[in-house]
Amino acid sequence: MTFATTASTIDYWSMIFVFMLATFIGIGVIRRVSRLLHTPLMSLTNAISAIAVVGAIIVAGGEQYPTYVRVLGAIALFASMTNIISGFLITERMLKMFKTREEAK
Amino acid sequence: MQAFLIEASYLAGTALFIFSLHWMSDPKTARKSVAAGALGMLLAVLATWFRPEVTRHLWIIIPIVLAIGPGMWLANVPLTAVPQRTAISHAFGGLAAGLVGTAEYFYWFHMEPEMFTSFRTIALILEILLGFLTFTGSLIAAGKLQEIKWIPQRPWVYKGQQAVNGGAFALTLLLGFLLVLWPDRAWSPFVFILLIIMALNFGWMLVMPIGGADMPTVIAILNSYAGLSAVAMGFVLDNKLLITAGALDGSSGLILAIIMCKAMNRSFFNVLFGAFGQVKQQSATGEQKEYKSETPESAAAILEQANLVVIVPGYGLAVAQAQHKVRELYDSLKKRGITVKFAIHPVAGRMPGHMNVLLAEAEIPYTDLIEMEEINPDMSQVDVCLVVGANDVVNPAAEHDKTSPIYGMPIIQADKARTIFAIKRSKNPGFAGIDNELYFSDKTWMLFGDAKAVVGELVKSLSGGGMH
Repeated sequence: MTFATTASTIDYWSMIFVFMLATFIGIGVIRRVSRLLHTPLMSLTNAISAIAVVGAIIVAGGEQYPTYVRVLGAIALFASMTNIISGFLITERMLKMFKTREEAK
Repeated sequence: MQAFLIEASYLAGTALFIFSLHWMSDPKTARKSVAAGALGMLLAVLATWFRPEVTRHLWIIIPIVLAIGPGMWLANVPLTAVPQRTAISHAFGGLAAGLVGTAEYFYWFHMEPEMFTSFRTIALILEILLGFLTFTGSLIAAGKLQEIKWIPQRPWVYKGQQAVNGGAFALTLLLGFLLVLWPDRAWSPFVFILLIIMALNFGWMLVMPIGGADMPTVIAILNSYAGLSAVAMGFVLDNKLLITAGALDGSSGLILAIIMCKAMNRSFFNVLFGAFGQVKQQSATGEQKEYKSETPESAAAILEQANLVVIVPGYGLAVAQAQHKVRELYDSLKKRGITVKFAIHPVAGRMPGHMNVLLAEAEIPYTDLIEMEEINPDMSQVDVCLVVGANDVVNPAAEHDKTSPIYGMPIIQADKARTIFAIKRSKNPGFAGIDNELYFSDKTWMLFGDAKAVVGELVKSLSGGGMH
């Protein structure tokens, strides 16, 4: 019921630090995103948040897991892969449409 | 060596994701965003796949191959359906996080109960709560956006709703405490499954009471939740790439939600618990006022005399599929040397930035799409303001009528233009269900009819006039 050993306590703190810093960077970067592009931004972050694929691959393909756990991982992998494929493709598709007057002609 | 390469790939992936978002600051650099993001993701996938413990390759290949079809299909929906697609994609993201969390719990429960430190159990609970509530919440949001019949557009409210929600929240908190204290007892999996059920219920309980007009804010918030569930997964799996990528996504959803709330002059709390739909009806009373209507032919004649024309598009334009006709109008006015700009309200459309994409699809140069704050100071210079399918976002009542439900919402000041034409399908009030003062102004003429047909008539009259 304690926060385990000293060594892993340090590790938790470093994860929380990473989370906090990444959030600040995220806010800083996102605030500068052109308002024109908020819809593609959302589909892009959709694809990026499918980073859950990392967990899904470990669970679906990891040696140690029993089959019933593996099935959950495989469904998760399917769901995140769908997001990766559709997220990047639709972002690309939308961004291609944004043209200046010269390009539109 | 292998561990080094894996960690280095994760680090490079993180950097690429940050660059990817950074390049979205300008349409000129934005195309690099997709390349950087996709490369980062490829690195992440390959690095994970090469981990020594990942050996069951068929279990990875089959889901990936199966995902290609739905992925391609979701990437090619019509642009009017992008909000629904986004909501479905949040649902998938939430589901993935929830399922991985569930898998980890049961694996640890049976094989490695020593993994249940308080920190990990808390992260695990947050992961499944956020994941599964994002899943059902996003499905309901997608249903509302798709206007599926059995999901009401109007806020769904009942007596004692707050008490039920509060009770459910308290119960969830209690279950969470039980699991953190005793994650590995014989009955613990039962508590875990109850938590999943609570999370699934929370999703629809939170989104059902929110009206269709507030969906842009809701999908931004769900975007944030999907990111935060990935962060929680990172805490559970001790993976910093998950934490950073999830945090980037979480902050993006948060900022978009704040922008949407500001554009509607609402607070977060108000959107989530306000049930906007109930107050709206009151102001529909009052004396019957008269519209002045005009024919497209005479409107075209006035447009022809203008130097500066501003078009204010609303979602009605997309519903009527009038984007391409509007582009024709834009072209024929430009040909006459008239300056044409589009004034884009942040909530024009059904998700943040939606209207820009719809107009860009019709090949209208993005350099002529002007934000509300930028165009408002110039509105008094505008000869003709043409309102197509927009309503509440040009209602001057928002600026001075304290009794109006939209009072305080920033608007595009169409009323300052010298002449206003408003295309409107019928004489019914708009999305928020309130009358629009702009339509009764001395300077305003209504063009009644379907947006696509009316704009088509305008184009025809303009080109007809050009022959003489």
